[in-house]
Parts: sequence; structure tokens; C-alpha cells
Amino acid sequence: MSGAGRIWGLHLGLIAVLFALQFLLPAYHHGNLARIMVLASYAVGYNILFGYTGLLSLGHALFFAAGMYGMGLGIQHGGLSPAPALVLGIGAGAVVSLALGLLALRTSGVAFMIVTLMFAQAGYLTILYFGEYTRGDEGFVIQSAQRVLWGIDLSEPSNRYFAALVLFAACLLLSLWLIRRPFGRTLIAIRENEERVRMLGYDTQAHKLGAMVISGTISAAAGAFYGLLFGYAGASFGAVPHSILPLLYVLLGGAGTILGPFMGALFMFYLIDLSSGVTTAHMLIAGVALVLLTLFAPQGIMGELRRRAFGWLP
Amino acid sequence: MSLLRTRGLSRHFGGLIAVEGVDFDLEEGEVRALIGPNGAGKSTLVGMISGRIPPSRGTIEFDGVEITSWPAHKRIMAGMSYTFQITSVFPGLPVRENVALAARRRVPQGEVTQAVEAALARVGLGERIDQEAGDLSYGHQRLLEIAMGLVQRPRLLILDEPTQGLAEGEVAQFKALIRDLAGATTILLIEHNMQVVMEVADRVSVLNFGEMLAQGTPEEIRANAEVQAAYLGGGDAAA
Amino acid sequence: MLATLEGSVTAAVLALTAVGLSLVFGVMRVVNIAHGEFFMLGAVIAYVLTRAISGHPAVGFAVALVVAPVLVGVLAVVADMTILKRLDYDPERTIVATIGLLYIIQQLTLMSYGPDARPVEAPFNTRLALPWFEWGENGLAMYWPWGLSTTSYKLAVIGAAVVLLCGIWAMMARTRIGLVMRATQADRDMAQAFGIPVEKVYAMVFGIGAGLAAMAAVLIVPIQQAHYLMGADPLLLSFIVVIIGGLGSLPGTVVAAILIGLSDGIISVFFSPTLAKILATLLVGLVLVFRPQGLFGTRGV
Repeated sequence: MSGAGRIWGLHLGLIAVLFALQFLLPAYHHGNLARIMVLASYAVGYNILFGYTGLLSLGHALFFAAGMYGMGLGIQHGGLSPAPALVLGIGAGAVVSLALGLLALRTSGVAFMIVTLMFAQAGYLTILYFGEYTRGDEGFVIQSAQRVLWGIDLSEPSNRYFAALVLFAACLLLSLWLIRRPFGRTLIAIRENEERVRMLGYDTQAHKLGAMVISGTISAAAGAFYGLLFGYAGASFGAVPHSILPLLYVLLGGAGTILGPFMGALFMFYLIDLSSGVTTAHMLIAGVALVLLTLFAPQGIMGELRRRAFGWLP
Repeated sequence: MSLLRTRGLSRHFGGLIAVEGVDFDLEEGEVRALIGPNGAGKSTLVGMISGRIPPSRGTIEFDGVEITSWPAHKRIMAGMSYTFQITSVFPGLPVRENVALAARRRVPQGEVTQAVEAALARVGLGERIDQEAGDLSYGHQRLLEIAMGLVQRPRLLILDEPTQGLAEGEVAQFKALIRDLAGATTILLIEHNMQVVMEVADRVSVLNFGEMLAQGTPEEIRANAEVQAAYLGGGDAAA
Repeated sequence: MLATLEGSVTAAVLALTAVGLSLVFGVMRVVNIAHGEFFMLGAVIAYVLTRAISGHPAVGFAVALVVAPVLVGVLAVVADMTILKRLDYDPERTIVATIGLLYIIQQLTLMSYGPDARPVEAPFNTRLALPWFEWGENGLAMYWPWGLSTTSYKLAVIGAAVVLLCGIWAMMARTRIGLVMRATQADRDMAQAFGIPVEKVYAMVFGIGAGLAAMAAVLIVPIQQAHYLMGADPLLLSFIVVIIGGLGSLPGTVVAAILIGLSDGIISVFFSPTLAKILATLLVGLVLVFRPQGLFGTRGV
């Protein structure tokens, strides 16, 4: 099998397995996997900026929340049907990521991390401030009747699973296609050595802005789908821990690998799920995982696999 | 007409004068060496020409167009190419991808692979095309830098100390390469190795304390008393 | 007048906390996201100690004032040696690690101490009325109006903070330890070459930084209450102060702390607290984007 055939085969194979699993899994895991696929899509978006471009954002919850609230408020207060509401949410994410990119990309390194953290926190506080519409921390429920997309009831579990799979497959294949194109290859080069890329004649600022908008828009799509599929929008999805979550998934799964975000989301979800029997302080697991990963396995699961055995993994 | 022309080009860092009032003309097709003691402002000067460092004062013209305020990437697209003094390849990427990144900016899509292979063959790295750049020896990384410059088919190739750290055989290979390029490509070469300068340069410019001290053929420069004084006074006896 | 006094208490505590953060960033180039949790730990330890020690509240409080910062400092030194040192103080990776540390400390406190906010009694708390002058029928008259009063404790907090800050300044400017720290800050490799044990200096600085946050928390806990989530606000405010004051500049940090502390009360009079926080976070972001050297400082990130 040729290099490209092997790569596409692997990723289409994963999607096929996920498709088949919906007929095999018991209801509990079936529901979990739908949630994991949406969260993994969020991490796929994050990975484009962090894993491939080398920009560590601490503010992606802002994009997720932009998608979730753009969609949710569109239905709740704008009287939209799901399809235009999804478009509104994803569009909101694109606009917000463009605006944040124009500001934050004037900085780099530690300053970039703090700036994204601060603007995301301002976004979270804004959700609280307009509590009249957003209902703040409590959030609001989107009724099942309002979640019918083209006659498909998305509150029904198997429809929901299928919608999550469609989103995840689209994000995964988009990211794979992107990093195999010259644009994506340039992003990787920027991660390796930005000054050199600039002196090869690339407008690195424009490339980073492009990465930011693609990353933010995918994250917003995940947020919009999350709200629509699970019928709820709440301020905690815009708070700092929700910005840390995709970082954690990507670090665990392997930054700068296509399958890393999914692997990270899958393992972390079940790790927290299993620990919830022992303690309610589930962010403890996240904290311990962050420290251990930074110390001992900065490459993550897929990064280690690629280094040790499968050098061809994208 | 000059390919490159600077007038009154200056750069100050705080109170420190790195380059002051440099008028510099480069003719199309010539090989020009830029020499001077350590700290004379050579890297700052080519930094301003290539767009890495914004000048404090003065103007730069390339091919008759004023480019003083252009960002670096636009200058590269206009036909400049710059190789770094400290090797600055992409260590985590294969040699092929390193050169392809440079090629994609200037070579039509369909010809990239061919251009990459040709450039690598020209610097003698053809067999290492699939290695990771970080695994190359220091000398080979320098040659890779030069290949990244060559593949862009520049009108002006700026080489910042290209022979530093090269083995003797590699230096000979480099000299042959420059002679081969001469005429077709204009080359601006910062070089410490005077033997290389004397052999490959058509003309030599000497920078001292940020100012242009002398310009002329290698023979003229060699005989110039001021240049000798600058080098001896500058403590750079290696010259 | 009263708002100014309340503001001075905020400013005093904030200055201590922020100087700790600034010291760590200045010397080690480490952005410690877990700084607020060291603050919180200081308050919680103070609660536990004052509960455990019977007798006059001042005794327990005095013990807490010494023990809490030392305990927190030791914990920070351990964290430095086991985590930060192994990351070779890489700026980005240490941020991720300190985020992890934040959740570990916070969630362990939640599991052991619980989710309640608990008060600590002040060691002394005499109510002090403040005089007020007014032009009355009999010329200038002096009042002792109700409401316009403070407590001796609040004045003591301000005093203690001033003394501590002077102490820090004296340490940095006048002692050998301060010299070693400044040398390390200026050029790590050069300091190492001159035989300064850089890693020990880093561990010590991280410990002192955390200890300062804990000390500030012990001082404020009789006025606020100890709660496992109380670290978030001091962290945010310290960030604002350190960034506006110029990263790593101690005088800038103190000036900014006084400004922010004093204006804090005034801002919340005009805006809702949420809106005030939105403006504050936006301010930090925009200062970093457009004036990375801070409003007073001269050096960037």
C-alpha cells in the first residue's frame, strides 16, 4: 500500500469502526461515545493551533462557547430552526477567533498564553453579565421539539450518535487534508522555526491567523453541536477549565498527530468516568494528568507510537 | 543599473551605532564579498537588506524599486534569498521537506519535486534527501541551508558566513558552486575565510565600526593600508 | 475616606501576593498559575491552626502567621524540585505544569477541607471611630459619626504589609541573597558560570514567592473567609498588577498594587462587580498586546 493510501485507509477505518460500534455498544457507552466524538472534534480544532502551529492557547473555551451560545441563543431568543442556528454558532466562532487572532497574534510565547486566557475569561464573565439571556451558570435547556434538524430528532440517541459521528469525521478528515497540503506543511514549519519560514518568503502572520480561525471555527462547531445534541448551554463551557480540557486531550493523545485528539478525549473521558466512583473532585485527575504528561510523556500516546514504531503517522 | 542600492542606511540600537550611513551598490551578476572585523555591522547590514531588521534611517532599492518598508516575505518573493549565519534548518522535518518549503514559494507547483532534487544534488546532499535534517552533521546542515537558498532561484542570493564550520573538502565544493552560479545569480557573501573571498569575489566591501571603509577588487583591498589597520586594530588577526 | 481605607487593606494584601508572583517571574521567568492556590492554602492552614490551638485567638493567629507561610513555602520548594526543575524551567511547559498543580492543590483541599467558607477570628479587633470635621453652628466641629469607623486589625494589616515589603526590598537590595537573586535574574548562564547555585536560588525564590502569597492570605483571612476557591481572585488581580506594573519589576508591582487596590472599591461603586472584572481582564489582555513592557516597566515578556 502506498503512503497516502495507508494514511487515508487508517483514518477512514477508524470512522468505519465508530460507525459500526453504534450497533454493538450498550446504551451507556453508546451515549458516552457520542459525547466523546463531539469533545474530540473540539480537540481536533485545538490541535491545529497547538499541535501543528505550536501556539499554546489557554482560551479555546471562548470559541466553544461562541459556537454553543451562537446556536443556543439563536434558537432560544432568535426563534431559529437548528440548521441556521448551527450556521450562526459556527459563524460566531469564526468572527471571534478572527478578532482574537488579530489581537493575540501580536504577541508570542508566554504573553500569547496569558492574552488568550484573559480574553476567554472576559468572554466567560460576559456570559454571566448577560444572565438575563444566558441564565449564567445555571444555563438553559433547549427543548427536544426545537432540536429537529431536517426532520431528524437529534434528541433521539441513535440520531445523536450519528450526528456526532458526522461532525467528528468531517473535522478529522478536514484536519488530515489540511496538514498534507502546502498550507498545513507551512504551519508545521512555523512550529519548528518561525523566523526561518518568514525568511523563506512566507507571511507567517497570515498563516498563523489562518490557523487560528480554522482552529477556532472547528472548536465553535463542536460547541454548537454539543449544545444542540445534548440540549443544554451553560456558562461553565466558557470557563477556564473548559479551555484546559482540549489541551489535556491533545497532550495525552499526542500533540501534532491527527488521531491524538480522539485518543486523548477517549482515555481522559473514561479515566474521569471511572474515578467519579471514588471522588467528585474530578479535576484532580486532570491536574495529575497534566503534571505527569508534561514531565514524562510530552509526546502523548500517538506521539510515542509514531516515534517508536510508526514513523508514517501524520 | 544596480540590482541593489542603499543610501544612508543606518541602524542604532539604543545609543549603540551598529551601521551608519552606508551607501552600497551591487551590480547585476557580480559576486560581492562583505568583510570586516567582528562587530563591524555586517550582519546588521544584510539584516536590513533582507528585511529582518528595520533600519533607523536610509533607503533600500531592489531592482529599481524602493523596498525600505517592505516586510521580509515580500522581498523574498521579489527575488532575494537569505541563508542564516547560524544554521537554521527545520531539524524535525526531512531534508526534502526543508528544501520543498523554500521551493513552494518560488517554483510552480508541478516542478517542486524536481527542483528540490536538483538543488540538493547541486550541493552534494542528493543521497540524504530522506533523512531528518536534525540528523545531518553541522557541515551538511550548512549545505542544506545553501540548497534552500538555491532552490528559490533568487536574483540576489545573500549568504551569511556559509563556510563557517565546513570541512576543507566541503569548502572546495562550495567555491566551485559559487563559481558555477556566478554570472547568472548576483551573490552577496559575508565571509571570514579570506582565502575564499580572494578566490570567488569579483569585488570586496569592507565594513568597520558600522561604516563603509573601502570597496574594490580583492587585490586592491589586500593592498589597502586602512583595511590592514582595521583588521589588526580590531584584533582579528585571522584575516 | 472609608473607601480609601478599605482600598488600602486590599492594596496591602495585593501588593504582597503580587510581589510573590513578580519575584518568581522576574528571577525564574516562570508564570506560576498556581500562585492563587498557594494563597488559598495559606488561609486554609491558618483556619486549621487557629482551630487546633486553644486559648486567646491571638496565640493561634501568631502561630499561623509564621507556620502557614513556611509550610506553603516548603511545599512550593518541593514542587519546584520535583516538577519545574525537571522541565528545565521551559516557560510554556511550566505554565502547563502549574495549571496541573493548581487543580491538584484546589481539589485536594476540596476533598479534605470541604466546600464551605469558614471564618478565622482576628487576634484583636477594636473598633476605632474616625473623626470627621464639619463646619457647624459653632465653627469647626469634630464628629465621631457612626459607620465611619475601622478596626485596629485593618490598620495592623496595612502596617504589617508595609513592614514586609520594606523587608523584601532590603533583602533584594542589601543582602548577599538579594545580590545572588538579582545576578540570576540578569543572566542565568553567567550566574551559573560564577558559581552561583542557580537551581537552589530558583527553589528558594519559588518558596519565598509562595510564602508571600500565604502570608498575605493569613493577614486577610480574618476579614474574608477561608474557601477552596478563594485563590482565583487574588491570582487574577496579581496578574493585573504584575502585568501593569511591568513584568518582573518589584517597584512597578507595588505601585500598580496600590493603584489597583485603591481603585478597586471605587470601580465597583460605578459598575457591577462582574462588569468591573470584565474590564479588568480586557485591560490585562490589551496591555500585554499593545504595551508588553507594562505601563511603568521597561522590559517585555
